Amino acid sequence: MNQLKKWLGIVWMLLGPVAIYYLIKTAAGEIEKNPVTNTIIQWAVFVIIFIPIAIGLIIFGYYAFKGEYEHLPESSKEI
Amino acid sequence: MTQPTESKKIWQVIAASSVGTLIEWYDFYIFGSLATVIADQFFPKTNPTAALLSTLATFAAGFIVRPFGALVFGRLGDLIGRKYTFLLTLILMGGSTFAIGLVPGYATIGFAAPLLVLLLRLLQGLALGGEYGGAATYVAEHAPPHRRGYYTSWIQTTATLGLFISLGVILITRHYLAPDLDTSIKRFNDWGWRIPFWVSILLVIVSIYIRLRMNESPLFAKLKSEGKVSVNPLKESFGHKANLKMVLLALFGATMGQGVVWYTGQFYAQSFLETVCHIDFDQSRTIILWAILFATPFFVVFGGWSDKIGRKWIMLIGMLVAICSYQYIFKQFIDLTQPTGKTELTEHRKFLGEKTILLPKSKTDSLHLRTWEVHYTDGAVFHEVKQDTLWTDAAKAALTKTATVYNEKKLNTWAYRKIVGWMFVLILYVTMVYGPIAAFLVEMFPTRIRYTSMSLPYHIGNGVFGGLTPFIATLLTTIYVTDKLSGLWYTIIIGAVCFFIGAVYISNRIDADVND
Repeated sequence: MNQLKKWLGIVWMLLGPVAIYYLIKTAAGEIEKNPVTNTIIQWAVFVIIFIPIAIGLIIFGYYAFKGEYEHLPESSKEI
Repeated sequence: MTQPTESKKIWQVIAASSVGTLIEWYDFYIFGSLATVIADQFFPKTNPTAALLSTLATFAAGFIVRPFGALVFGRLGDLIGRKYTFLLTLILMGGSTFAIGLVPGYATIGFAAPLLVLLLRLLQGLALGGEYGGAATYVAEHAPPHRRGYYTSWIQTTATLGLFISLGVILITRHYLAPDLDTSIKRFNDWGWRIPFWVSILLVIVSIYIRLRMNESPLFAKLKSEGKVSVNPLKESFGHKANLKMVLLALFGATMGQGVVWYTGQFYAQSFLETVCHIDFDQSRTIILWAILFATPFFVVFGGWSDKIGRKWIMLIGMLVAICSYQYIFKQFIDLTQPTGKTELTEHRKFLGEKTILLPKSKTDSLHLRTWEVHYTDGAVFHEVKQDTLWTDAAKAALTKTATVYNEKKLNTWAYRKIVGWMFVLILYVTMVYGPIAAFLVEMFPTRIRYTSMSLPYHIGNGVFGGLTPFIATLLTTIYVTDKLSGLWYTIIIGAVCFFIGAVYISNRIDADVND
């Protein structure tokens, strides 16, 4: 199980940039189709909010790859 | 070690916490439920700046401000205590809701109206971001370890009950402002929509009175007396790898999937019934009301059950069953509301009127609409609208065919009950993923930074991933227009990723000691 947790970390690390690319590509396409202020604001909100979350997913994947989730803390002393 | 509060006292704690949280959800939802009326009053579509403020009010309050509120009030809650922090969020929420009900319309004070409403809506989002973590933490820190899931699940019922009460108050107000329904609806759209906002202040006053009489959480009080309160909860929560990795795990392995299942079951489903299935306004709302009424006890059932078998698999199985069955259930909604296969009672067909409107972005081409009320042998009554595009270009006109659409559908009893049944199933999934999550989050983090640490993943999961569900799902249906169910792919993909991460990385262990 620990090996699975570790190697899946690579998947999560890759999923982050893929999500960012897909998000920006879709946003650009939708703004181009309907270039009104509301569409721009709406997609800008999506991009601004989801990019930090995707970065969080990359960090999560990195921690998983480094084996940080092999043992989860059982008391606050471990945190 | 601090002893868990005795049984009688815990019910006082739950009642006091739940009532306040319930009111906060009520306040937050009435704005959403009255969005179209509020848009007419404050955000006229003819004015682009007002329309822009409308978009900001919808998006910013729900998605940006909630996680920010979680950080601001979470930090306060870990510094000064749970009791005063969630008292402050309650006052902030109640005050801004009441004030929205007092703001004069755009027609009276111009731009100041949408601007004021936007600011008040931002305050609502901020307050909501701080409320939930406080209430869940407060109850969990009073509860005995073997009943933590059960007692915190009462807090979990408040979000759904808040929606129930907001829909109920709106329906009652809309129906009883005049003896006849049409006048009542007209009055409601004119000024009666303010009543649900004013009702809030009475509820908040009662709740503030109750909360003022509560004591501080025993665990936090103990930490404070020992001088062990965190000096910088934000740094400890997100700056230290050991805690940050748990925050990320809570988000990607639990709250992200829980948020999309919740918002799909309660909000996207409602929007789907109205905008895709075109069910009548009252029926679409009473369908949700019945489903909520029958499903709400299951929050407590699954919360209590999680004390016996662990939180993880109840939440993850709820997530898995939901993402596997959504396509089928939403297909049922479409099938049950189609006129196909119905036999019309032609002698009851009634012409309701006709109108011609200009096509968007055109000064010459228009759309001619004729509406009939159509009765069927099975008891259903639909509005049939025949649409003819009137082109000035003769070549285009020659190719045009009449399109027929159905809306304001009043379903027969059988179809109505069947849709209530499917809605019940959707909300049952919500109770599985949401019932145990407060106990799950509380057990992940230490007392001194619990409020901050659990609030952020909760509000990113629910505010961002969940809150955006209706918008992203609707957007997907405008991109992939041939597939009415394409909106569900957002929930299915996010839910599947979350299920996988949760299944592999999360532990099913119930933490017996949250005093540390």
